[in-house]
Amino acid sequence: MAAFLEFRNITKTYPGVKALTDVSFAVPAGSVIGLLGENGAGKSTLIKTLGGDIVPDSGEVVLAGEPQHFTATRDSILAGISVVHQELQLVPELTVAENLMLGRFPSRAGVVEFGNLFSRVRAILNDVGIDVDPRSKIIDLSIGTRQMVEIAKAAVFDAKVIALDEPTSSLSSTESEVLFRLVDRFRREGKVILYVSHRLDEIFRLCDSCVVLRDGKLIVHHETMEGLTRHQLVREMVGREIQDIWGWRGRTVGEPRLSVTNVSGTKLPVPASFEARAGEILGFFGLVGAGRSELMRLVYGADNRHSGEVRIAGQQVQASDPRRSIRAGLVLCPEDRKADGILQGRSVEENVAISTRRHFSPFGVLNKRREADIAEEFIKKLRVRTPSRRQDIVNLSGGNQQKVILSRWLAEKGVKVLIIDEPTRGIDVGAKAEIYEILYGLAEEGMAIVVVSSELPEVMGISDRVIVMQSGRISAEFQRSEFTEESILAAALPDREAA
Amino acid sequence: MQRLKRLLLGDQGLVVIFVVAFVLVSVFVPNFLSERNMLGLLQAVVTIALVSCTMMLCLALRDVDLSVGSIVAFAGMVAVMATNMTGSVILGILAALVAGLIVGLVNGIVIAKLKINALIATLATMQIVRGLALISSDGRAVGIDNENFFDLALRSFFTIPVPIYVMVIFFLIFGFVLNRTVFGRNTLAIGGNPDAARLAGVNVDWTRIWCFALQGLACAVAGILLSARITSGQPNSAIGLELSVISACVLGGVSLAGGRATMSGVIVGVLVLGIAENAMNLLNIQAFYQYLVRGVILLLAVLLDSLRSRALGRRV
Repeated sequence: MAAFLEFRNITKTYPGVKALTDVSFAVPAGSVIGLLGENGAGKSTLIKTLGGDIVPDSGEVVLAGEPQHFTATRDSILAGISVVHQELQLVPELTVAENLMLGRFPSRAGVVEFGNLFSRVRAILNDVGIDVDPRSKIIDLSIGTRQMVEIAKAAVFDAKVIALDEPTSSLSSTESEVLFRLVDRFRREGKVILYVSHRLDEIFRLCDSCVVLRDGKLIVHHETMEGLTRHQLVREMVGREIQDIWGWRGRTVGEPRLSVTNVSGTKLPVPASFEARAGEILGFFGLVGAGRSELMRLVYGADNRHSGEVRIAGQQVQASDPRRSIRAGLVLCPEDRKADGILQGRSVEENVAISTRRHFSPFGVLNKRREADIAEEFIKKLRVRTPSRRQDIVNLSGGNQQKVILSRWLAEKGVKVLIIDEPTRGIDVGAKAEIYEILYGLAEEGMAIVVVSSELPEVMGISDRVIVMQSGRISAEFQRSEFTEESILAAALPDREAA
Repeated sequence: MQRLKRLLLGDQGLVVIFVVAFVLVSVFVPNFLSERNMLGLLQAVVTIALVSCTMMLCLALRDVDLSVGSIVAFAGMVAVMATNMTGSVILGILAALVAGLIVGLVNGIVIAKLKINALIATLATMQIVRGLALISSDGRAVGIDNENFFDLALRSFFTIPVPIYVMVIFFLIFGFVLNRTVFGRNTLAIGGNPDAARLAGVNVDWTRIWCFALQGLACAVAGILLSARITSGQPNSAIGLELSVISACVLGGVSLAGGRATMSGVIVGVLVLGIAENAMNLLNIQAFYQYLVRGVILLLAVLLDSLRSRALGRRV
C-alpha cells in the first residue's frame, strides 16, 4: 500500500539537546502506528511537528505525496491533521456541542441556532459511539469523558491523520474499550492514526506497525506487529550503550533520616510510605504522571497532606507547611525550577539568602554584608558560573540556576534530608556531572538524599536504592545490586491494567 | 530613536521624564518655581505620597488596595470626632491610627487567609468603610473644636510645614523597609513568584497581612493630616484617591504584575502627578479638563509599564 503520511529526515535541536535526529518513516492509509519510547525519547516533539506546534530545523512532513510546511497549528488542522494532546483543549464553561463546533456554529444573522447545533452534534456522537449529552457542560464531565469529547473533535473535523498522545492515561477500562472501537473505526475509514502509549498491551491490541524512538533517533520501524514480543520492545526502548558519567561510589548508610508513613493528598489518593537513611541516595523513578513529584510535594508540605506523617530523624513534622519542614531539616529543590524554584527578577545573592537570612537579620533588618559573603562562598564552592552575585537569576543557565537553589538549602545549617526533583532536567552533560558530585559529597557528609527523575539511566547511575511509582502508587523497590533497566521500566509501565 | 527608547524604558527612564517635565513646567508656567508654590505643591501631594508608600508594597505583592480613599476619609473622621470627644489631640490621633490599622488588618486577613482576590476584597471594604464614615457623621462634615489639631498641618519648622516632614520620613522609612528588611525583600519575592517564595520558606500569609495592615496605617496618617489641613472631618473626602495613588505608583515603575518596585521611582511618580496638577491650576485650566489630563497620564503610565515589561521580557 502506498504511504499516506510520511516523515522525512525530521531534525529538531534545542539548545544543548537534540530532540529529533533525522527521523524518517512512512505510514499507509487505513492503519494504526504505535509510537514507543521512554520519557524524553522524542515522541512528543515528533507529534508537535505534525501538529504545527513546532517547526523542525530540517526535514518535512509529507501528506499524500505533498510536502507540508506547517508553521502554525492552524496549517496542520486545515491539512486534515488532528492532534489530541494529553492536556485537553476544551473550553470548560461551554457545552459539549459548542466545543465540538467551535468556530463553525450554525447560525442565522449571527444568532446561534442551538436546536440545529445540538441535533447535529448528537448525530455525530451517536455515529462514533460516544455516550454523552451534547448539552452538558465540559466542566461537569469526568476527565475520561472529556478525553472522548476531545477525540470526537477529530471525527467532526473529518481529519485524515489523527495523533493520540497517551489517550488512555485518564480513561477507565470501559472508556478505553470505546476508544479502541473508535480507533478501529477510524482505521476502516482509511485514516492514519499515530498512537502514543506506554501501555504495550494497547499497542499490541491496536497497532498494525510500530516505531521505537530513543534519544531522538528512530531505533527501529516494525512494519508488522507479528512475531514481536513485549520483551523485545522494552529492550529496544531502553537498550542504550551505558556510559559512566555517574561516578557512583559506595557509602556507609546510617540511621533513617526521613520516614514517610501513609502520606496521601488530593493529587495522590493512595497512601504512600517510604524511608531514606543518612548517607543514602534514594532514587524515585516512574513515568510522567506516576505521582512522584506529587508525593514529594506532600512530604515537603508544599501541598496539604490528607493523611499520614513525616518524621525527620525521628521528629514528627506537624502540619503541611514548607517552613516547618525547613526548620526540621527537610528541603526540596522543586521539579519545575522556573515556576517553583527561582525568584525571577531577583539577584543570585537574594535567591541564595531568601530562606537562610532569617537567622542573621535582627528585627528583620538585612545584613547585606553577611548575605554577600554567603553568596560568594557558595558561588565559589559549587562553581556557579555567573558574572557577579548581583546578576538576575533568569540570566543564568539551567545548571547554574539549579546550583543556586542548592546553595539556598546548603546555606541553611542542619539540613538532614534533601529532596531534589529532576535534578538535571534541561542541564547539559558537564553540569550534570558536577551536580552528581555535589550530591555524593552531601551524602558522604551524612545527608539523606531523595532524587526524583524520569531518566532511567540517571536514577540507576546515581542511586543506592530505587523506588518505582506507577499510576499514583509505589509499585516496586530495588537495591543497587538488583538494578536492571528491564525490571525497573517494567515496574513503571502501567500494563497490568488495574484501572 | 533606539537610544531614546532604551533611555525611557530603562531604570532611569522615570527620572528622565521627571527632569524633562520639571524643566518644561519651570520655563513655561509663571510662578511655578517660587518657594510658596513649591511648598504648596508638596503639601498638595502629601496624601497621595503617604498612601503610595504602602500601595507600592501591595502592588509589589501582585495585589492592590482599592479601599485607601475610604480609609483616609474614615480615619480623618475618627481623628476629628475622637479629638472632639476626649479633648485630646493625642487620643484622637491614636484612635484614627487604630481604626486604620484595623481596617487594614481586616483587608489582609480576608485576602491572605480567606483567599479572596485583593481587588474584590478591597472593593468591598472600600464601600463598607466609606459607609462607616458617612454613618458616623450622618453624612455631614464635622468641625474641629480643639485648635491644637490644626497645628498638625499648619505648624511650620524652618518655614516647612509638618506634613512635608512626615512625607519625607515616610519616604525614608519605606525605602528602608523595601530594600533593607526581610519583610520588604520577601514582599518583592512573593510578587515575583508566589509559589517559589512559599516553597523557599517565606511566610506568605503573614507578609500579605502586614502589607495591608501597613496600608491601613498609612491611610490613617494621611487622613489625620488631611482633616487638619481642611480643618474638619469630611466623610466625602479622598474619593478616587486609590486611582491617583495607583497612577503614581505605576508612573513610578511599580509593576502591576508584582515583584518590581523602587521607592525612588514612586517618589518621582508622585511628584510628576503633583506637578501636572499644580501646573494646570497655575494655568487656570478648568477642573473638568484636569480629569482628562489625569486620565491620559494614567494611560501613558500603564503603557509605559507594559512597554517596559515587554522590553524586559525580550532580554530574558
